[in-house]
Amino acid sequence: MTEFAQRIWSSTLARHVLLAAAGLVAVILVLESTSAFRNGQFAVMAYMGIAAGGLTVLTGLNGQLSLGHGAFMAIGAYTTALLLSDWDSAPPLLVVLLAATLVTLVIGAGVGVAAARLHGPYIAGATLALAIAVPGIALYFQGTLGGEQGLTVAVPAVPDWFADVAYFITGNDISSSKYVAYIGWISLIVTFVLLANLSRSRVGRTWRAVRDDDVAAELAGINLGRARVLAFVVSTACAGLAGAVLALAVRLAAPSGFTLVLSLALLSAVVLGGLGSLLGALVGAALLTFLPQVVTGIGLDAGLSDLQAAELAPLVYGLTTMLVVILAPAGIVGTARIAWRKRRAHT
Amino acid sequence: MQQFLTTALNGLTQGMIFAAFALALVLIWRSTRIVNFAQAPMAMITVYVALVIIDAGYSYWLGFAAALLSGLLLGAVVERVAIRPVEDKPHINAVILTLGLFIVLHALAAVIFGSRYRSFPAPFGLSGFKVGDMNIALTGFGVFSILAVLAVMLLLVLLFRFTNVGLMMRASAFNQEVARLLGVRVTRMLTQGWALAAMVGSLSGLLIAGGNLVHPAYMDSVVVFGFVAAVLGGLDSPIGAVVGGLILGLSLSFVSGYIGSEVVALAALVILMVVLLLRPGGLFSHAPARRV
Repeated sequence: MTEFAQRIWSSTLARHVLLAAAGLVAVILVLESTSAFRNGQFAVMAYMGIAAGGLTVLTGLNGQLSLGHGAFMAIGAYTTALLLSDWDSAPPLLVVLLAATLVTLVIGAGVGVAAARLHGPYIAGATLALAIAVPGIALYFQGTLGGEQGLTVAVPAVPDWFADVAYFITGNDISSSKYVAYIGWISLIVTFVLLANLSRSRVGRTWRAVRDDDVAAELAGINLGRARVLAFVVSTACAGLAGAVLALAVRLAAPSGFTLVLSLALLSAVVLGGLGSLLGALVGAALLTFLPQVVTGIGLDAGLSDLQAAELAPLVYGLTTMLVVILAPAGIVGTARIAWRKRRAHT
Repeated sequence: MQQFLTTALNGLTQGMIFAAFALALVLIWRSTRIVNFAQAPMAMITVYVALVIIDAGYSYWLGFAAALLSGLLLGAVVERVAIRPVEDKPHINAVILTLGLFIVLHALAAVIFGSRYRSFPAPFGLSGFKVGDMNIALTGFGVFSILAVLAVMLLLVLLFRFTNVGLMMRASAFNQEVARLLGVRVTRMLTQGWALAAMVGSLSGLLIAGGNLVHPAYMDSVVVFGFVAAVLGGLDSPIGAVVGGLILGLSLSFVSGYIGSEVVALAALVILMVVLLLRPGGLFSHAPARRV
């Protein structure tokens, strides 16, 4: 029996599917036992997690830095908002999510082709420019993209079959915000299974080879440009899906939601969790979602005004990012993993 | 004609400010091979220092000097505390570090100085000169901006060309190992380089702030513009940075005047991409040396 279990565990696909199933059960348990407010927060964590997962693959596995993932999320969110502008003619949600992913993927491919020829600070600067430039597009095309106010998103009603299944499994009626949280987490699990398989595959090994030594990788017959563009495209597709979930969760796509701060927050989530680790991306997303509330509370108790206390959260995760880079470049998950391996080697 | 002249003059003033900012980036890139993405928030903090002093009733020039001095100090502290530990690590660490610093300084400014918009005074007139019955868009403050940036450039040239310190700084930027063997205290030179760069950055912050509104994010887009200007010139060449700044300032001014101010950042992105794809080393690059 244990041998059978071991054989399943050593198969990458089976392991990832098992982990995904366990994750789905955990998600159902958590979402059903928490309040509507927490459900909303978990939806935020889901889209942050999807975007961070994409970014960690790009930065951790391929060594490219993108400061423009907020901009790609904006593209996904605006696509969703345009498709879900009114209740009657809205396409099915799955189509919307796929369309948002695809549109972002196509634009990401364009940027990726240009970015693949860049390296080091150049790619950071170019994507930074992207993060600053994209919100301006929404302001310029005020007629279709709604300008400063943005576009409101009409979240479709919960489909009957989904409500039935949910009632069958949990015995609870499903609210709209819980529905969005489920959509977010199911998207996250699907994305993470795909990313995990990809990083374990030949493609993932190619990306790591390019990251570690591009000259050696090229000598080994790897097409550097193709590997870089592919990593960039996969990563932006994740950002697009994350943007779609964001649009559903916030019910709005507006330029103020996609500032430079969002892109930088994503980057620090990825660094905090540990570059290249999907679990780390999830930990980082959880920190970004739940830390602000805690820190803001502490700030208010210490006598700061609302506005000042709200800035404490970025202060804390900015400082932690700097400390992590200086002291523990492997991040939370990476450092824990190293410590665990050391302990196991000792015994 | 009137609009063309106005746009061109605005672009010239703006270009000089971008040039100063790009110069600050180039100074740091030359000495430590790091693009300091936290340059803008660093400058923003020093501008707030000036604002506090001016609001307390002291003269504009006292605030001006205090901002430049605190820029000098901040640059040195940042290099010593944050940059030194990652100097020999992969470059991605340094980039992430400066971005972390970006977030920290932003939040810090909002906590200490508040995130509301505050107006920053200008020491000279903000309305254009009159020549005959035509109103020239060049303002007193604009002339001051151009002169101030020119003066700083002149001082930098004098420093690097004709002083011992400048020679040692150039030596340590050129080759740390050899400079160290020749008795140059390289780490001290790096700290000085960062301090100097932060001061130049703070000057550009002061010039952008003059007569405008100041808030913690007011310099954010300047990071991009300064970076684009520096890349236009090749990141390695101070003269390139100045020319790049002027080209960018003029182009963006025309985009803003004839198309719309919303797409200025987009235009900067397009310029950056075109330059990087056609001449990755910038307009002033030599043929690249072998890279293995």
